[in-house]
Amino acid sequence: MKAAIVLFPGSNREGDAARALRQAGADTQIVWHDDHALPDRTDLVVLPGGFSYGDYLRCGAIAGRAKIMDAVRAHAARGGYVLGICNGFQILCESGLLPGVLMRNRDLRFVCKRQFLRVERNDTVFTRVYKKHQAIDVAIAHGEGNYEAHEETIRELEDQGRVAFRYCNAQAQVGGEANPNGSTNDIAGIYSEKLNVLGMMPHPENLIDPLVGGIDGRGLFASLVAA
Amino acid sequence: MKARVTVTLKTGVLDPQGKAIEGALHSLGIDGIASVRQGKVFDIEVEGDDAEAAKAALAAASEKLLANTVVENYRVDIL
Repeated sequence: MKAAIVLFPGSNREGDAARALRQAGADTQIVWHDDHALPDRTDLVVLPGGFSYGDYLRCGAIAGRAKIMDAVRAHAARGGYVLGICNGFQILCESGLLPGVLMRNRDLRFVCKRQFLRVERNDTVFTRVYKKHQAIDVAIAHGEGNYEAHEETIRELEDQGRVAFRYCNAQAQVGGEANPNGSTNDIAGIYSEKLNVLGMMPHPENLIDPLVGGIDGRGLFASLVAA
Repeated sequence: MKARVTVTLKTGVLDPQGKAIEGALHSLGIDGIASVRQGKVFDIEVEGDDAEAAKAALAAASEKLLANTVVENYRVDIL
């Protein structure tokens, strides 16, 4: 598994993403946003978390139109894997690779805490080592994670099984108090039509070491490396 | 030539920032505020003096970058 992690001005989780991928056995390379091409034989592109361009205009808006994104779009169109985490999810939505938009959290607060997610399906390249409807313990850190889309887009995502993760509690009960940001249908992450692009607000890359209190994030990277 | 692009949230899209500002205005004792929606204004200096061409360019700019048309509307005014 050869992974390219795109670095935008203001990205700050590229090191965590690289560490999680290397731990799972992937080769990683950092790619600058102003480059035209991805490294040869890239299997996976990661858009890491952070605050690209200081969140100017809208979160992910300027990064979503960076030069490298044409190469990322072409990679995705070929069936290559793309993972956008947090700001990376916002960038995927702004670049048109995923539908919808991440709006300001319902209560206007930046939320930084541990968060359980329910794995909606385990037959994708991103989730194969998890169990279906397993509650995984990861972290969130965002101010704009409130997923919204047109009603018909939400229906499409639901009907096509493209919701990857939902916010839940430790018992895998979805929604209510467990929803940290007001996200529609408790959506924490979604897939593209071909299931090769995943955007998610939470940070699995931060829960890969017992030292920080949990390793539930490892499964996502282990799944990808097994792909 | 001066132009202004105004970007506003579509009706029905939740605007927690607008709501917070509305609450702050109420707490300041400013009467008669029914509701607040927050938007963005871009003041843009356009080269040349072809107003129609400028309008078309700024509509393209709005579609491609200035507005996220999933949740936002935009208006182009040549000033």
